[in-house]
Amino acid sequence: MIAVDERGYYGEFGGAYIPEMLYPNVEELRQRYLEIMQEDIFQKQFHRLLRDYVGRPSPLYLAERLSEHYNTNIYLKREDLNHTGAHKINNTIGQILLAKRLGKKRIIAETGAGQHGVATATVCALMGMPCVVYMGAVDIKRQAPNVSRMRMLGAEVRPAESGSRTLKDATNEAIRDWINNPVDTHYIIGSAVGPHPYPDMVARFQSVISEEMKWQLEEHTGSTKPNAVIACVGGGSNAAGAYFHYLNEPDVRLIAVEAAGKGVHSGESAATSVLGTKGIIHGSRTLLMQTKDGQIVEPYSLSAGLDYPGIGPMHAHLIASGRAEAISITDEDALKAAYFLSKKEGIIPALETSHAFAALDVMEYNSSDVIVICLSGRGDKDLETFINHFDDYQNGDL
Amino acid sequence: MSRLQSLFERKKQDALNVYFTAGYPALDDTGKIIRALDNAGVDLIEVGMPYSDPLADGPTIQESGQQAIQNGMTLPLLFEQIAEAREHTDIPLVLMGYFNPVMQYGEQRFFDRCAAAGIDGLILPDLPVYEYENFYREGIEKAGLDISFLITPQTSDERIRQIDALSTGFVYMVSNSAITGAKSGISEEQIAYFERIRSMQLESPRLIGFGISSHETFQTACQYANGAIIGSAYIRALGEGQPVEEATHQFVQQILKTPIPQD
Repeated sequence: MIAVDERGYYGEFGGAYIPEMLYPNVEELRQRYLEIMQEDIFQKQFHRLLRDYVGRPSPLYLAERLSEHYNTNIYLKREDLNHTGAHKINNTIGQILLAKRLGKKRIIAETGAGQHGVATATVCALMGMPCVVYMGAVDIKRQAPNVSRMRMLGAEVRPAESGSRTLKDATNEAIRDWINNPVDTHYIIGSAVGPHPYPDMVARFQSVISEEMKWQLEEHTGSTKPNAVIACVGGGSNAAGAYFHYLNEPDVRLIAVEAAGKGVHSGESAATSVLGTKGIIHGSRTLLMQTKDGQIVEPYSLSAGLDYPGIGPMHAHLIASGRAEAISITDEDALKAAYFLSKKEGIIPALETSHAFAALDVMEYNSSDVIVICLSGRGDKDLETFINHFDDYQNGDL
Repeated sequence: MSRLQSLFERKKQDALNVYFTAGYPALDDTGKIIRALDNAGVDLIEVGMPYSDPLADGPTIQESGQQAIQNGMTLPLLFEQIAEAREHTDIPLVLMGYFNPVMQYGEQRFFDRCAAAGIDGLILPDLPVYEYENFYREGIEKAGLDISFLITPQTSDERIRQIDALSTGFVYMVSNSAITGAKSGISEEQIAYFERIRSMQLESPRLIGFGISSHETFQTACQYANGAIIGSAYIRALGEGQPVEEATHQFVQQILKTPIPQD
């Protein structure tokens, strides 16, 4: 049985390695998240907003041209069609309802690519709550459209100027803000990372993805089970949601696609399952990229959403135990996959999501297999990157 | 009796604990700083192991840690420096650091090496009480090290009792809801918290840290606890470019405003 235990461990990974200053908030969440999430009224509000505001259920689409090309049966779970353009909003809707239920008055969040920041700013506007989003100064430059969207939605975007000034440091700054504002503030973590109960809580809010996949697949194929589910993994929230209801179905392969950057061993990579060792990052015992002295290393990926030196503890456990298969995809192959999907299916995927599509070129499968790819986000935010590489890929052989 | 225990046996009030980041300003300043603090009349010293991602620390300590890592500070080197410094002083030394580097060094190996180098106690702010009790307590006790846990204004009475029972060095009272170096001055709300904790009559000595930066704040803290801890303010003083000995002497003078003992 794959599930988190009471102390927040998946096997040897997880827990809550946090300074005492965070303990009351994290402990309050730990004691109350399950009870609140299971209340009828909470479930009703959550599902009503997912339906009427987010636009769920998101379609499960049989990608015929893609299937023909790869000679198998490929379904796309269209999280890109959600309001704000990615899966991130499933979690922010859930967490803001939880925050309100806990009587919190102020919301903070971290963001890398800006998708989680936008999804948080959106629900804060919806609920009339003040919102501060921490974003690495480097990411603010490379994801300008999302910074503007957050500001338009009324959020304050604070640059993280410490360390390497990317997602890891934005997360550090958000945690420091929470230490400074322990009573009125809730921290909406966007990925399946952080101290327990965050990884489990985020996975549960995102589990709507695989919950829908099951009945949608049954309508399409007569079976609730695919042969494989593919998702990209940075911290791992869309993967956690796409795997959730299949975790204990061992005949469903779980494929976790990480960012290899310029090559797994190039020194510029974010392939945590290969390069990571056991340690603690952002309050969780998991796999992370670090020096032999235990200093956290700056990862690299062209996609800001996968540019994270750790991986959620559930994924660390799934990979270490062999339940999930990890595949690393380079920037170049992800870009190729983005152009390919755009032309084949008329869908421009987010750069993060493109890594999941590139996995089709390296994994093994049969022609009779049913494969579901979690299309976690749309590519509008990455247009500038795509434009910069236009000449390299657009005219290549498809 | 450990050095920490005998210190608090001897000195029940106005204990001054000064924090510095090992490897800052220069890589080989550790011994010099320990000697200077000892000579200046400090009662115990908290040696910070630099870490890339110190979640509970403000910009001053973060930047000193970054600089120290760039300078080349590592745990093996720090142990050598401390062992060397220990030959010249009997002042209690407490090692403060985040848990990830400890894990990479090997937890038990770390505890044993600390003891061998002459470290007296540990502060590991992100090691949870539960994991300590179940996985590490025995090893830390076996190595003969004291340990100190933190409490904050939000810590419940029940948990304060638990932390008091587990702490063998002192209880580290975080003075306010903030990261290190964040605020100045002590508010009435903080005083109320200090009084509440004092009235609980804990078994462990109490040191107040975070936001203690001057003679005034040190004195106020000492009215409600056995002493206080200064970190960021000293790091800033070290960063001003004066030689370590002079900067330290002046800084401690300013805090204590009493003649330095001659013994």
